[in-house]
Amino acid sequence: MPIEALLFVLLVVLALAIAHMRDLFAAAMLFSIFSLLSAGMFTLMDAVDVAFTEAAVGAGISTVLILGTLALTSNEERNGPFRLTPLLVCLGLGATLIYGTRDLPVYGDPGAVVHHHVAPEYIEGSHNIHIPNVVTTVLASYRGYDTFGETTVVFTAGLGVLLLLGGAARRRDPEEEAAPQATSEVTS
Amino acid sequence: MFAVCMVGLLITMVLAMVRAIAGPTVFDRILAANAFGTQTVLMIAVSGFLAGRPEWLDLALVYALMNFIGVIAVLKFVRFGNLASDQPGRPT
Repeated sequence: MPIEALLFVLLVVLALAIAHMRDLFAAAMLFSIFSLLSAGMFTLMDAVDVAFTEAAVGAGISTVLILGTLALTSNEERNGPFRLTPLLVCLGLGATLIYGTRDLPVYGDPGAVVHHHVAPEYIEGSHNIHIPNVVTTVLASYRGYDTFGETTVVFTAGLGVLLLLGGAARRRDPEEEAAPQATSEVTS
Repeated sequence: MFAVCMVGLLITMVLAMVRAIAGPTVFDRILAANAFGTQTVLMIAVSGFLAGRPEWLDLALVYALMNFIGVIAVLKFVRFGNLASDQPGRPT
């Protein structure tokens, strides 16, 4: 528990530093650190899959996307006039979210509603099917068709990307071969 | 033993964060982010042993891989301005 508290303090410090930062490249780097920090916190709270998504999307791809945007625009944030509306919207949203957490069950509470809906049935069923991992049972047996559909979607997407990239490479090659021939004919 | 290790890791995380916020040059910040990623990997591994779940080591390995690729992407952006370039260009 003291580790989580310290990490949370670090998160708050980092967020204030990002808000204060005028150099946008530094802010992008700090956002990457912010994501890694929250991923570490999620892992400590046993939400391993959420943590991994946060690390891959937050620290990985969105840093690259922000840097790609910075390469097209300016690297420095201009100081505009102070606007009250965004601050009020942010504070209102934050207050709403904090109000929403009042209805959540206590962290790690075994009597919470989500643990009594279908989870006990899955855990018992997993024992009957003789698959040692409950997550594997849910993904491969209870939700087999769902997993099959997801795999088909991912496979189709990968195939599409490969076809697009492969087609571009094949189309470029003859042009590059044709170009030196044309110049050599002119010189001879 | 693991608790001492964890305290040391948390201290180095704070130090890396200070360098990322204060660091005057671009490369200070990239190096700080990279070091912070490494410390996240180590923190996950050590906390796995602290919580009696050594299988988190696999998780830490995947984080290490991702950290490596991320830093390469950032460095390529700083040098070339995009990810597609394979020509050595002028440093920006």
